[in-house]
Amino acid sequence: MSTGNMNLTLKIWRQKNNKAKGNLVDYKISEVSPDMSFLEMFDVLNEDLVAKGEEPVVFDHDCREGICGACSMFINGRPHGPKEGITTCQLHMRSFNDGDTIVVEPWRAKAFPVIKDLMVDRTAFDRIIASGGFISVNTGNAQDANSLPIPKVQADSAFEAAACIGCGACVATCKNASAMLFVSAKISQLAQLPQGQPERYRRVQSMVAQMDAEGFGNCTNTGACEAECPKGISLENIARMNRDFYSAKFVSEEDI
Amino acid sequence: MAGFGNAFSSSIGKKLIMGITGLFLISFLVVHCFLNSLIFVNDGGLTFNTGAHFMATNWLIRAMEVVLFAGLLAHIIQGFRLVFQNQSARPVKYAVTNGSANSKWYSRSMGLLGTLLLIFLIVHISKFWVISRFTGIPTVDANGHDDMFVIMVETFKNPFIVALYVFSMFSLAYHLLHGFSSAFQTLGWNHKKYTPLIKALGVWYSIIISLIFASMPIAMYLGLIK
Repeated sequence: MSTGNMNLTLKIWRQKNNKAKGNLVDYKISEVSPDMSFLEMFDVLNEDLVAKGEEPVVFDHDCREGICGACSMFINGRPHGPKEGITTCQLHMRSFNDGDTIVVEPWRAKAFPVIKDLMVDRTAFDRIIASGGFISVNTGNAQDANSLPIPKVQADSAFEAAACIGCGACVATCKNASAMLFVSAKISQLAQLPQGQPERYRRVQSMVAQMDAEGFGNCTNTGACEAECPKGISLENIARMNRDFYSAKFVSEEDI
Repeated sequence: MAGFGNAFSSSIGKKLIMGITGLFLISFLVVHCFLNSLIFVNDGGLTFNTGAHFMATNWLIRAMEVVLFAGLLAHIIQGFRLVFQNQSARPVKYAVTNGSANSKWYSRSMGLLGTLLLIFLIVHISKFWVISRFTGIPTVDANGHDDMFVIMVETFKNPFIVALYVFSMFSLAYHLLHGFSSAFQTLGWNHKKYTPLIKALGVWYSIIISLIFASMPIAMYLGLIK
């Protein structure tokens, strides 16, 4: 924990484009306020780089409120840095010390190719959602709020799964670059509610097939994803996905 | 497999094979450990040889031996496939990773621990199983049973073999420490009431099984079992 302004050494992954070979480049940054967020520190660095006529560091960011899932930095060997339960935008420089060297890399996975510098292509997640992470409903008037009774524990559990913001930290930290925590959250948020039932077994088969086709690795239950998830998505979701998958493959007659 | 689509070739199916074969091997270890513990009766191996004789002659056990090798082989082959596939899922490695911040080292080292166990198994099977099945056991004990016990005593006179066995039981303990509860998670048996129980059982199982196995070569080398 630091209180005064800090001088830091940053080792940042620079990569021109998807085809180019990247490398870590050292940057010295001085007078960093401990109250700055990690992304604000990057803004200052980029201002300096632009002033010097150099290419600024490209990185993903959007809401800067910890809810959109856009920011995606692998900081000192951990996704979203050293603090638990937050995204990179919610990480503040007071979590570091004067004189620290901070290594910043992009999410690394075959399914998340680097676009430039720290920005990676996460559309693999979108394609998984598009393959089945939805419910098909007829349009029309909304139903009366209490027409479908749902036990509170079940509603809570579905809501906890729905808290996933799809940032990809689970894939980034998994030694196997597996996307099972993400996919299981997207399956679990629907599998526990009545509206999700009609397509439940079709959904799990389609989404798992799409996940495999994208080139993510296979889960080995290390639990790193759960520990690093900014939204605390539980491994229970992966077990639920596995159960649904077995039911779909070995019990239901519809094969996808 | 027709009718089951990609059930076994999918990422979850591959885990399922690891989990089922893993649990099967875990159940085998209980039987193996119980039978070998008969040496602790310390009656010159008479009880142990009786047990070994039963295992070698009972038709059900002999049939299960085939299933055991099939299960072991499936576990090994699938394990190596998973290691290579998972490595290729991240072609560019991180410059810095901090795995200890979010997971146990042994859960990240199942491939390495499994490989160490495979090397051990090659030595182990060639020292005991091959002799009992193919080479033939040269002597019989007072009951007229093949004297497997003497082969054990002779083998564990070599300090290098004893060291290999003890080291390998550390590998086994850590492999099981992750594997036991991991298999249940893979099978989808994650439950707020039962999972803490399974985890505790897994820890005790891993430690006790490995300790008993490791104590056998040590006891024989020190001459405590004759």
